[in-house]
Amino acid sequence: MAVCIAVIAKENYPLYIRSLPTQNELKFHYTVHTSLDVVEEKISAAGKSLGDQRELYLGLLYPTEDYKVYGYVTNSKVKFVIVVDSSNTSLRDNEIRSMFRKLHNSFTDVMCNPFHNPGDTIQSKAFDGIVSGMMVQTG
Amino acid sequence: MECQEEKPIIYTMENKPIVTCAGDQGLFTSLYTSLAQQLPREPMEWRRTYGRAPKMIHLEANFVQFKEELLPKEGNKALLTFPFLHIYWTDCCDTEAYKSTVKEDMTRWQTSLRAHASADWVIIVVETNDTKKKNKTNILPRSSIVDKIRSDFCNKQNDRCVVLSDPLKDSSRSQESWNSLLLKLRTLLLMSFTKNLGRFEDDMRTLREKRTQPGWSFCEYFMVQEELAFVFEMLQQFEDALVQYDELDALFTQYVLNFGAGDTANWLGSFCAPVRSWSGLLLRRPIDMEKRDGIQRGEASLLDLRSYLFSRQCTLLIFLLRPWEVTQRALELLHNCVQELRLLEVSVLEGALDCWVFLSCLEVLHRIEGCCDQAQLAANCSHTVGLWAYATDKLKSLGELCGLVSEKGPTSEDLNRTVDLLAGLGDERPETVSSLQSPYKKLKEALSSVEAFERHYLELSHAAMEMYRAIGRLRSARLVGKSLAEFYMRKGDPERAETFLQEALKSYTSEGWSLPVTHTRKQIAECQKLLDRTEDYLQTSALLAGDVNLTTEERKHFCQEILTFAGKSEDQSPKVTLSMAVFSQLTRLQFRPATASVHSGAVLQAELTLRCLMPVSVHIQQLAVSIHFDLERAGTNGRSKGAPRQTNPGTVEFSQANSSAGPESASAAGPPLELDEIQDRSPSDNSLNSTGVVCKNTHLVMRHHDSSSPTDTPNCVSPPTVTVKDGGQMLKVQDVTLEPGNNSITFTAPSGQPGTYTLRQLYATVGQVQFVLPHIYPSVQYEVYSQEPQLTVEPLSEPLLAGLPQMVKFTLLTGHYAVKKGDALQLSNTDTMPILPSASCTARITSPAAELVSESALSIQSSEKVTSISLPATPPYHTLEFHLEVLCIIPHGPDRLANERLTNGEVRHRPRSYSHPDTPMTAIDQRMSIDCPWSIYSTLLALTFYIPFKTKHSLLSAGNRKYIQVCVQNMSDVNFMLAEVKLTEKQHESLELQSLNTKTQQLLCSKHSVFCLWEVSWKDDLPSCLQCVFSANFSPPKQDVSAFKPFHYQFQLERVTTLYSVRAEILPPTGEQHCRSGFLCGLEVCITRLTEPAEGEVAEDSKIDTDGLRTTKLMYEVADSSSNWAVCGKSSGMVLMPMAADATHKVQIEVMPLFAGHLPFPKIKVLKYLPHTAALAIQPDPDSCVENDSLSLLDKVLDDQGDTASIRSRGSVHSVGSGDQQQQQRGVAMPRLEPFTAGQVFNQSYTQQVLVLPATDDHIMEVNAT
Repeated sequence: MAVCIAVIAKENYPLYIRSLPTQNELKFHYTVHTSLDVVEEKISAAGKSLGDQRELYLGLLYPTEDYKVYGYVTNSKVKFVIVVDSSNTSLRDNEIRSMFRKLHNSFTDVMCNPFHNPGDTIQSKAFDGIVSGMMVQTG
Repeated sequence: MECQEEKPIIYTMENKPIVTCAGDQGLFTSLYTSLAQQLPREPMEWRRTYGRAPKMIHLEANFVQFKEELLPKEGNKALLTFPFLHIYWTDCCDTEAYKSTVKEDMTRWQTSLRAHASADWVIIVVETNDTKKKNKTNILPRSSIVDKIRSDFCNKQNDRCVVLSDPLKDSSRSQESWNSLLLKLRTLLLMSFTKNLGRFEDDMRTLREKRTQPGWSFCEYFMVQEELAFVFEMLQQFEDALVQYDELDALFTQYVLNFGAGDTANWLGSFCAPVRSWSGLLLRRPIDMEKRDGIQRGEASLLDLRSYLFSRQCTLLIFLLRPWEVTQRALELLHNCVQELRLLEVSVLEGALDCWVFLSCLEVLHRIEGCCDQAQLAANCSHTVGLWAYATDKLKSLGELCGLVSEKGPTSEDLNRTVDLLAGLGDERPETVSSLQSPYKKLKEALSSVEAFERHYLELSHAAMEMYRAIGRLRSARLVGKSLAEFYMRKGDPERAETFLQEALKSYTSEGWSLPVTHTRKQIAECQKLLDRTEDYLQTSALLAGDVNLTTEERKHFCQEILTFAGKSEDQSPKVTLSMAVFSQLTRLQFRPATASVHSGAVLQAELTLRCLMPVSVHIQQLAVSIHFDLERAGTNGRSKGAPRQTNPGTVEFSQANSSAGPESASAAGPPLELDEIQDRSPSDNSLNSTGVVCKNTHLVMRHHDSSSPTDTPNCVSPPTVTVKDGGQMLKVQDVTLEPGNNSITFTAPSGQPGTYTLRQLYATVGQVQFVLPHIYPSVQYEVYSQEPQLTVEPLSEPLLAGLPQMVKFTLLTGHYAVKKGDALQLSNTDTMPILPSASCTARITSPAAELVSESALSIQSSEKVTSISLPATPPYHTLEFHLEVLCIIPHGPDRLANERLTNGEVRHRPRSYSHPDTPMTAIDQRMSIDCPWSIYSTLLALTFYIPFKTKHSLLSAGNRKYIQVCVQNMSDVNFMLAEVKLTEKQHESLELQSLNTKTQQLLCSKHSVFCLWEVSWKDDLPSCLQCVFSANFSPPKQDVSAFKPFHYQFQLERVTTLYSVRAEILPPTGEQHCRSGFLCGLEVCITRLTEPAEGEVAEDSKIDTDGLRTTKLMYEVADSSSNWAVCGKSSGMVLMPMAADATHKVQIEVMPLFAGHLPFPKIKVLKYLPHTAALAIQPDPDSCVENDSLSLLDKVLDDQGDTASIRSRGSVHSVGSGDQQQQQRGVAMPRLEPFTAGQVFNQSYTQQVLVLPATDDHIMEVNAT
């Protein structure tokens, strides 16, 4: 399904980033980092128009020849980025949305952990499991 | 107008719906111009099927002469050539002519129309006045011709025949006629559109539904639907036209996807043919006929189809003024095509797609530039930048493929490849041949030579970067820059590459992306190595050696790079200074002793914990910490330092924010505020002027907020400018090996001079390389102090009791002074606190760590004035302790000695007793003056002793006999034995004090009292004043006789002699044996003088009567405080007492018992009454409260004059005049009452009781039950 899933802090440093082990991890780091440009652009555009009734899902951030990069931003400005292989044409927008929702829920659980220090990188088995589930599932 | 006989020119935007004209061509020609002009003038609402929204539409038409061939044959799907309306023109007004020719012609026309099932026709009859006039005679009325036509042809469709009147005249009638004609034509045209397009769409849909059938061809269907699109375009309904293409696009895409899923359509085979041409998109023509033909023939490749489709979409979008959608769609298309070719497994020459994408990107950009002005383009960079970047990317990969990026230039193999790629481009299109900047030319040129490629590539890269920057996509810009840097590296230009890499690195570090950081840094290291920038390279290497993202091998490599450089023995070259942060981290510093404060010369150790980040163990020649020394000045600026903030004493933990892998932004909050309390004290009296809190690290905190640039982050590539400060003193350790991970290094800190030592910088020297930590933060300090010798004396046990030998502890902190042999403490002796010599007195010497060093005997010599204590030799900063026994003598008399002078000339401070708030015992402060060998001044010390006893005395009388009672109360917490209790009188020899105490020794328990009693007997006269001394010996119980210490108590008794005896008697009412409650009975008071008047008494308060008898005035008062008695009549009165022995005065008073039972007698007070003259003579004692009492009593008497007749009479005797005068004299000279002292009046009936019976015999018992 997804080839790379990243959670990025409000301050734009990665809280969690995982890609398919078979692929070049570094490339995804660059891709996700660059996508922050578009995320910021979209957030500021949305901020102008809607105020607080903001859609969390940012949609397709930008396509590349090989990948499609989707974005999602929580109300606390934590960003989720999902990179999907372009050849994977079966994924519809709705499925991406539901992936983000799942990710958000799991992320919320991580934040609710009293032993988790907000701002630290995410080291949670449950979260890992959710992410793995999204990456393994082939559709 | 010339009719179009052959196939109409289609495929231009001049296409209009075809309308055929039959009948009178001449007539039509004359009307054509105005018709063609007026038809599109008014819009018409087009209501459409399938719920599509109605549209306002301006109708135009292409009028052609009617020909049978124009009518579509059965099965012809062409819509563009379809005649939507057929018009028959006639101006016939002659019935004959009509019948003979026109009707026939019309019939033929109708027949052919009907044959082709075309029902969209109209007959226009033009009538002019001219024709009317010409043939006036045989002309039927005009209407009849129309009627005829209508009846002949318009079978119930009267609207199919329209009359146009005077079309060439400019009259209102003519205009009206035109309008109705035009309206009719428009209506009919729209009806025709609706009908025919509807039919067409239905057919098209039917065709589409057949797509699952084996023979179905996408290309055929494509042509059909495109026909519809053309018609919409013709009608200027671009939106609808675009929808047709989008549907085709989606349909095709779905087929490709299905193919990917294994569902292959036969027709798709033609699209799977290997790609032979990659000439890119062509957007300059409205319709690319070559490609269209290819599609029509089923020979088009996937790229052809996609290109054609996109070119049509592009054209329509530009008509719709949506150029930015073109760019967005273009990018999607290009990505999609690449994917589709991959999916369909179409074989493509390597690099061919790159060519295609590159050309297409540029073509789209050109097309957009062609229809927008510069300002619009600049404002919409965000839409075009993707294409720019994509083109850049593709050109780069082409360059790499064709060997244009390497330093050496292309090989022959590369050249062959280039030729192949260029071949696939074909010839340049005629549209762009003349253009100098066509994408085709650009690509061809770029691939032709290394230089040209570089030029084009740089141009594109910079354009893309500029645009990214302009729209604020800095990360994207940096990524392009990084790619450019890679290009420069391939070209062997590391200098330029580094700038881009550094910029990118800055971005990654500031946002904490460790993997890109590592990767970029590795590239930078390569650059720096090539550039021979040793210091930078070593710094970067150090960073990389400690980078956990790298493999151990890589890390070891970089570490080795440093060590190799360090190992070079170049003595001349200066050492390379690198930042410590990348090499190792200072995590902890621990002082031993933990107070981090030692006296000068003592050993202080500092243990540093360094976390070495290197992958291998590193040998360090020298590890040093420079120290800043601050001479500590006492009370500088009156500021006192706050309490040390470390919770763990002596240990400083350094924050770990600078771990290279961790998120940088986590530390973006800045360093924590370091706050200190300050107190500003006045220099004169040390009083507090102000207090506050200061932030000690303002410079760090503020800097962080000011600049968002992360230049001072530990991850920065260039090492921070390290200035090696030449600290005078250093902590040094030679030859240490740091293992990876935590290392502990112990330093011995210099502690020579007293002051504050601040650790500033940390250096690690490895051969030619020196790692420096420029600031140790938070700041670490230790203190070396120098202390003055200090002598303290304190009780060994609390409290010190006066009167008994007590141990006190002498403690001498030697400080910086070394006690030499022969040094002695000189104590000035005092009488009140002698020092008791003791045989064995030992002194203990302990080290600062409270360890016993030695124990030796003290020699104490006492002379008359001074006690000298010889001290054993004691090293500095040690503690000397010994005990001495002292005795504080209890002061016993009020008599005080005159001020004495001590041996040293000081005024002796007499110990003065006072009551201490903490204990009930009376305290005495004893001062000691000690001369110490280290100072020319005497040390004054004070000890507080407590007197264990409190003594009270009282005089008791029985008639003339006198007794003295002394009460000794033990206030202390210990028990005592009291022995040899004695009372002596000092002045009167004749006086004898006979002890009535039986015990010789008596236990006096803590908080208890002992009473002792003596009877006074005398021979001649009892002296009125007795000076007594009570003395006793006391000791703690079970002690030797020698342990008893004396205790004295002096007191004085005055007016001892008994002057009067008072006796009272209660007399029952007459006839009764006993008193009864409620009945009056008599109280007889008898006052008897017992002694002859003494001399003092005579002078004092007597008065000589006229008869020579000396009398004194007494006042008696019956006061029953317990409300047992009611005094009836006067309760007090004055008696005149003769001053002779046995003179007696009796007073009768009526009293009434209020209760039954044994009632105590009412109290009878006898007081001295002093007339005012006498009062003047006597100076009233200001402390006497008796005087106040007497005054108040007298006041009461004077105010209430009717009460006591006796006083009134006396008052009138003594009053000199009227009441006014009396008032004036009050306070100046008034009669006073003075009580007698305890022994002067003896009350015989004191505590006597009398039986009182109840008033009646009714015995009422009150019982309260609750």
